[in-house]
Amino acid sequence: MRTRNLTGNTAAVMPPPPTTERPRVKRNTKMDVCGLSVWYGDKQALHSVSMDITENEVTALIGPSGCGKSTFLRCLNRMNDLVQGVRIEGEVEFDHENIYAPEVDVVELRSHIGMVFQKPNPFPKSIYDNIAYAPRILGQVRKRTEMDDLVERSLKRAGLWDEVRDRLDAPGLSLSGGQQQRLCIARAIAVNPSVLLMDEPCSALDPVATATVEQLIDELKENYTIVIVTHNLQQAARVAGYTAFFHLGEIIEFADTDSLFTHPREKKTEDYITGRYG
Amino acid sequence: MDTSQTLLLFFGGLVPMAAVAFVLGRRKALVADSRGQRLHSLPAQYGVYVATWMALPAIAIGVVAAGAALLGLRVPPAPLVLSFALLGAAVACVLALRRVEPSLRARNAIERFVYWSLFIASLISIFTTFGIILSILFEALKFFDKVSVWEFVTGTQWSPVATFRPGQEAADSQFGSVPLFAGTFMITGIAMLVAIPVGVLSAVYMSEYASYRVRTIAKPLLEILAGIPTVVYGFFAAITISPLVVEVASVFGLHASYTNALAPGLVMGIMIIPFISSLSDDVINSIPDSLREGAYALGATQSETIKQIVLPAAFPGIMAASLLGISRALGETMIVVMAAGLRPNLTWNPLEDMTTVTVRIVDGLTGDQSFDSPETLAAFALGLVLFGVTLTLNLISIIVIRKFRQSYE
Amino acid sequence: MNSQVSLSASRRLKRRYRAEKRFKAYCIGALLLALAFLVLFFSDMIRQGHSAFVQTEIQAEVTYNKDTVKFTQESVDEDIAPLISRAVFRAIPRRVENNPGLMGTTQTVWLVANSDVDQYRKGHNDRLGSQDLATLKRLQANGDVAYGFNDGLFFSGDSKIPSNAGLWSAFVGTFYVMLVVLAISFPIGVATAIYLEEFAPDNRFTQAIEININNLAAVPSILFGLLGLAIFINFFGVPRSSAMAGGLTLSLMTLPVIIISTRAALRAVPQSIRQGAQAVGASRWQAVRDHVLPLSLPGILTGTIIGVAQAMGETAPLLLIGMIAYIPEAPTSMTDAATVLPAQIFTWAGMPERAYVSLTAAAILVLLSMLILLNATAVVLRNRFERRW
Repeated sequence: MRTRNLTGNTAAVMPPPPTTERPRVKRNTKMDVCGLSVWYGDKQALHSVSMDITENEVTALIGPSGCGKSTFLRCLNRMNDLVQGVRIEGEVEFDHENIYAPEVDVVELRSHIGMVFQKPNPFPKSIYDNIAYAPRILGQVRKRTEMDDLVERSLKRAGLWDEVRDRLDAPGLSLSGGQQQRLCIARAIAVNPSVLLMDEPCSALDPVATATVEQLIDELKENYTIVIVTHNLQQAARVAGYTAFFHLGEIIEFADTDSLFTHPREKKTEDYITGRYG
Repeated sequence: MDTSQTLLLFFGGLVPMAAVAFVLGRRKALVADSRGQRLHSLPAQYGVYVATWMALPAIAIGVVAAGAALLGLRVPPAPLVLSFALLGAAVACVLALRRVEPSLRARNAIERFVYWSLFIASLISIFTTFGIILSILFEALKFFDKVSVWEFVTGTQWSPVATFRPGQEAADSQFGSVPLFAGTFMITGIAMLVAIPVGVLSAVYMSEYASYRVRTIAKPLLEILAGIPTVVYGFFAAITISPLVVEVASVFGLHASYTNALAPGLVMGIMIIPFISSLSDDVINSIPDSLREGAYALGATQSETIKQIVLPAAFPGIMAASLLGISRALGETMIVVMAAGLRPNLTWNPLEDMTTVTVRIVDGLTGDQSFDSPETLAAFALGLVLFGVTLTLNLISIIVIRKFRQSYE
Repeated sequence: MNSQVSLSASRRLKRRYRAEKRFKAYCIGALLLALAFLVLFFSDMIRQGHSAFVQTEIQAEVTYNKDTVKFTQESVDEDIAPLISRAVFRAIPRRVENNPGLMGTTQTVWLVANSDVDQYRKGHNDRLGSQDLATLKRLQANGDVAYGFNDGLFFSGDSKIPSNAGLWSAFVGTFYVMLVVLAISFPIGVATAIYLEEFAPDNRFTQAIEININNLAAVPSILFGLLGLAIFINFFGVPRSSAMAGGLTLSLMTLPVIIISTRAALRAVPQSIRQGAQAVGASRWQAVRDHVLPLSLPGILTGTIIGVAQAMGETAPLLLIGMIAYIPEAPTSMTDAATVLPAQIFTWAGMPERAYVSLTAAAILVLLSMLILLNATAVVLRNRFERRW
């Protein structure tokens, strides 16, 4: 049986490699998810999901709409706690500590795990204040000069510095869509998290802005662990080192991106990748 | 014959005539229909057509005659006008009946008639506004004939000398309105000091912190505060709060008058709380959740998010709500009439008695003064200023809210 | 939670949480303050007013004969006479007239005591002279003194005699005024709303009308009183202090309320309904009359009830029209002098006798009950009949 994979090469579908289910981990595991289940009221959105997230790598979550990718993502920084009537079981470990343990402080946790949303949501403040807000309230930075440095560093890392360096006082909302999203990324990294969660960060952006953000993600992985939810298979193939395929609240397959796209082991994965269903 | 008799006869004659016209019109249409001709509209609609055309001239004549009588022009006696109107109706009925035929678009005519009736109805609200402005302006101008605008606006003594006959001039009257406005602003200020913090913080609690159950109970309870008639608040202020203020003041060694300004100010503030809280609640709820999520994802606590993201974003809306609250307080009458004093008093001390613009308006118009005396006319001048100020505040508030909505929707 | 977190960070976190708790406490405190006032207010009104619902009555013998009909004070024992309300004596001739069989008889009846006795028994004043006090104590020991329901509060008109004062004329006046308000503001308000919502072209003139209505809704009520005085009373010659004048003025105030709520009810009906009707050939007016109006009727009625409830509590404009006169007899037509419930409250609040304080509070409780009933009806109407699209 021959399939055409996304890079255009045809390749034979080989029998599954006789190794263990997880790819060999070269780096540390930053986050480890074990048997995570989520209910919204009576409806179960995630069914006992397990996977691990490698440090300084980009892990992509793909799958059709409503399959639980965003739910999973939001469990990683406990943003799902904000939903009324939600029930969560299982463990999520961050640096080998379960973030759902009762003694964990959620506010503290979220300063270590940052999030970028689908629709850019800069605060109705100036560009400078958008970035300075969190470090200020978290007490990370006191002095004005330190804050100036931090803002500059964050904007540089987000690839936005050159475009806004002379109008830091302009409102964040006056930027274009792509610039706003990069501002949100700069804002997220200003508090120095170790993990960045991105929920379809490019779906609201035009192709040029998308390309810029994808380039950014590639650079950011040097310093951050990134988990990205995306609808765009090509994007996953472009940026991610590891990819998990979600379907109806379960992980059907999780492997390094190349293996998943060229030799998908499960039929459902193959069907999705080849576009049999969306 | 007097007004009610005339009206009775008018409608007593018109209504049966309209019924007859309706029947005639409909019958003519039915006849045509039975002959196999295709009617454009329903037979009943032809009836309505005839009846309407019959009534219109009659009503028109009646309105013109009434208007002329009001303006004092010479009008023929009522029975003559009456018979003229009813005659006109009969003539119109015959003419309209003539026009009834299958191709007449009675339904469209009715539609147009309905449209114009609705339009005229909506003009009444414009007439009302003009009525308010004109009636106040007219009398206020008469006042400014006698008292200069400058003295009115800047004078600090308000002491009119009572006049009892028209034409008797009050030579020693002074009409400086500053103490009146000072009293109004003082009481309004106290009210806002109570209403704004309590209103905004309650709104924050109900929209950000409270559970659904608490919200559904607390919101209607606050609305009850808004539904209590102001005369009741005034009674409460005079009978319970004023003596309380006097007592508390004496505990601190201060002397408070029984008609002090603090009591009506506090009660007025409580009355305004629901206005501020419900408007602020709407405003806070319209701030998109994505902003809050962005802050939470950065590791902010809920109060930090509210204080530094949500409230600054909601600020224009809250300010508009406050302006509306101020406008309400400025125009409030019953609470101050019942609990505040009658003596114009320019002072910073809320424990003293003082009077306000609205109290003066009531006083000026319910006393025994002749209608054209300066004291009575002064009430209209004060009303004019009050109208201008509240109108301005309301307009600013509407503009701010509209701009605010645009930026979030 | 992480070992990387330094100690100073956790201290800062604790400080932030304390600030969080403080802020939340302020917010709850504000809400509780407002609700506490509500409780305070209602309990105070009930405390002040509940005693006015009952009156002291004295059981005594009343002799009806030709002399006592003329000198009514002699119909009872001369010790007891000073304790009885003047209104009772005043009513004797009429009683005999209505019931000639009473003439020549002596009846034992419960008579309303005068307000000094009543207030004394309710613990408010000590205005009774020593002799009257002794008589009272004697009667009390005999079991001839009791509290009876003060039906005069509801069924007699205003009176300078506190024990006889009641709300009847205010009820009738309020009824007439509300009749006028409904008759004028309901048709005009609904018609205006229908025009603005369904027919009006989207031009500057329509916008002007809308701005106008929004402004009218926020104009201080006393200015409507000025309007009523200058135009209805002075220009049109409507009798001062009549239900007609009050009704005309209040209907102008209620008009914007009805317009705004009717518009909201009309707007809630989806366009698909109108389009469906017009697609089968109905004209615009027919679509509105037959489809939109029936569906929005609950909302319109709710808004009207709320508007009427607001008008019922208004006093300021009526002050200027003169409806605070002393009205002992209920009005019999729209043009008789009348008063309304809130105006009666205002009048009683200004009376010097101590008895009027509890009467005023009782009247307030009656007014509040009526308003709560009206608003509850509106809410029930809205919940049961309004459709959520």
